Amino acid sequence: MSPLLEVRNLSVAYGAIEAVRDISFTVEAGQIVSLIGSNGAGKTTTLRTISGLLRPASGEILLEGEPIHAQPAHAILGAGVAHSPEGRRLFPRMTVEENLQLGAYVRKDDGVEKDMQRVYDLFPVLGERRHNKAGLFSGGEQQMLAMGRAMMSKPRLLMLDEPSMGLSPIMTQLIFDTIKELKEQGTTILLVEQNALAALALSDQAYVIDLGRTTLQGPGHELLADQRVRDAYLGES
Amino acid sequence: MSILLQQLANGVVQGGLIALIALGYTMVYGIIQLINFAHGEIFMVGAYGSLATYTWLLPQGIKDSWVLSLPLMLLGGVVVAVVIALIMERFAYRPLRNAPRLAPLITALGISVALQEAVRTFYPDATSALRFPRVFAEGNLALGPISVPWSGVLIIVVSIVLSVLLQVYINRSRMGRAMRATAQDPDTAKLMGVNPDRVIVLTFVLGAALAGVAGLLYGSYITNVNIDMGFQTGIFAFTAAVLGGVGSIRGAVIGAFIIGLVKTIGGQYMPGGTQYDYVWIFVVLILVLVFRPQGLFGEPERVRA
Repeated sequence: MSPLLEVRNLSVAYGAIEAVRDISFTVEAGQIVSLIGSNGAGKTTTLRTISGLLRPASGEILLEGEPIHAQPAHAILGAGVAHSPEGRRLFPRMTVEENLQLGAYVRKDDGVEKDMQRVYDLFPVLGERRHNKAGLFSGGEQQMLAMGRAMMSKPRLLMLDEPSMGLSPIMTQLIFDTIKELKEQGTTILLVEQNALAALALSDQAYVIDLGRTTLQGPGHELLADQRVRDAYLGES
Repeated sequence: MSILLQQLANGVVQGGLIALIALGYTMVYGIIQLINFAHGEIFMVGAYGSLATYTWLLPQGIKDSWVLSLPLMLLGGVVVAVVIALIMERFAYRPLRNAPRLAPLITALGISVALQEAVRTFYPDATSALRFPRVFAEGNLALGPISVPWSGVLIIVVSIVLSVLLQVYINRSRMGRAMRATAQDPDTAKLMGVNPDRVIVLTFVLGAALAGVAGLLYGSYITNVNIDMGFQTGIFAFTAAVLGGVGSIRGAVIGAFIIGLVKTIGGQYMPGGTQYDYVWIFVVLILVLVFRPQGLFGEPERVRA
């Protein structure tokens, strides 16, 4: 059986500058997979290409064996890949509720209200402020809303780009706990993080990306123990 | 005093007409940041579409009753305006979606000229102004010293009702949410599953339909149409949209009423008379933009991360 997501020899260029060079990785259903690496390594570019906002220069992206890299972004969301982008990118002049409704934009079933309640149960602060404009929220609250919004499409694959960026340690812990909970509920997660320690501790599988290439891969706990990873990304030397 | 009140009333009528057109400018700009200079011509072809429906499609029995001919002419005008707008979006603007902003802008000016010349060439006798039937109650509404033709009252009522309906649609409906999302952050809207082409087409359709309605109302009020009407009224509508804050529905409507009032009051009281009414409109525009570059209700230009 094909893995949920398979990225094969992906290269992405901005004009003449190659941001991603020949990256390959797979995400099996039910797993948390992390892409870690320093700033500018090409992680965000990789996610933006999977979700169809960018086009690969070469390589393939397969969702359950079907190529999706030529499809427009809205069709890829429709195929079950949700992307919570870097910097959260909420619709600041819309309310919490409207942001969540947009997350469920493609859904035609009648479970939207129930799932919205699920997000409010997970993050009570969002429920209390459901009629407030998203632009007025703190970084942590915005991140909760960004994750909730991405969950509203009921994705098979949830891609989270830097969910802990700019958050306090307590808020970061809450976000990572939520990611773990989502996995337990059966969501497959592709996580991009600069907080390598927290990401690796959580990941079934992880890939280290450096200057646009995959340099190391393995189960999260193995990479966490790898001296090269510790030297480069965990601030030890 | 009675002259002032009369000119205020005339200004509100003109403002309503300008508002219906300004909405199309402001919506298209909000979604694709294009000043669609051909939008005035959509209003013009809408008026000719209504007139053509009257001239060639309606039997005499229906022509004699405005109650029957008004809705049919409205339908004809709106269909023509929407079809032309759809062709324009599909074949002129869509291929330039990722081109530098100047390219679609110049294209819009080109379409504007092309539509005027097409009507001049192909519409019988369109080289001069054509008579347009008054497809509404004859006579005037008299309120003390003020007297407004019923066709002018119709403009005020229709423009306000349609503006409110549009605002409600954009604020409450699923497609309205998709439009606002696309206007605020097009990439993230795509990540929500919003198909940008559908949103853009809907935006052009709504704008063109309102312009088509305005075309009929204009014809019925002024009782003649000419191929320059889109350019003239389009300039006012574009100015109204900028004045109100381009991208803002409420701004376009309020801007339009301000322009209508400045035009009639300026034409009445300022030196130069109606020949100079354009001047006062642009003076007001310049003053507003000097002190509030984003317009009255516009969002300041935002910088994206």
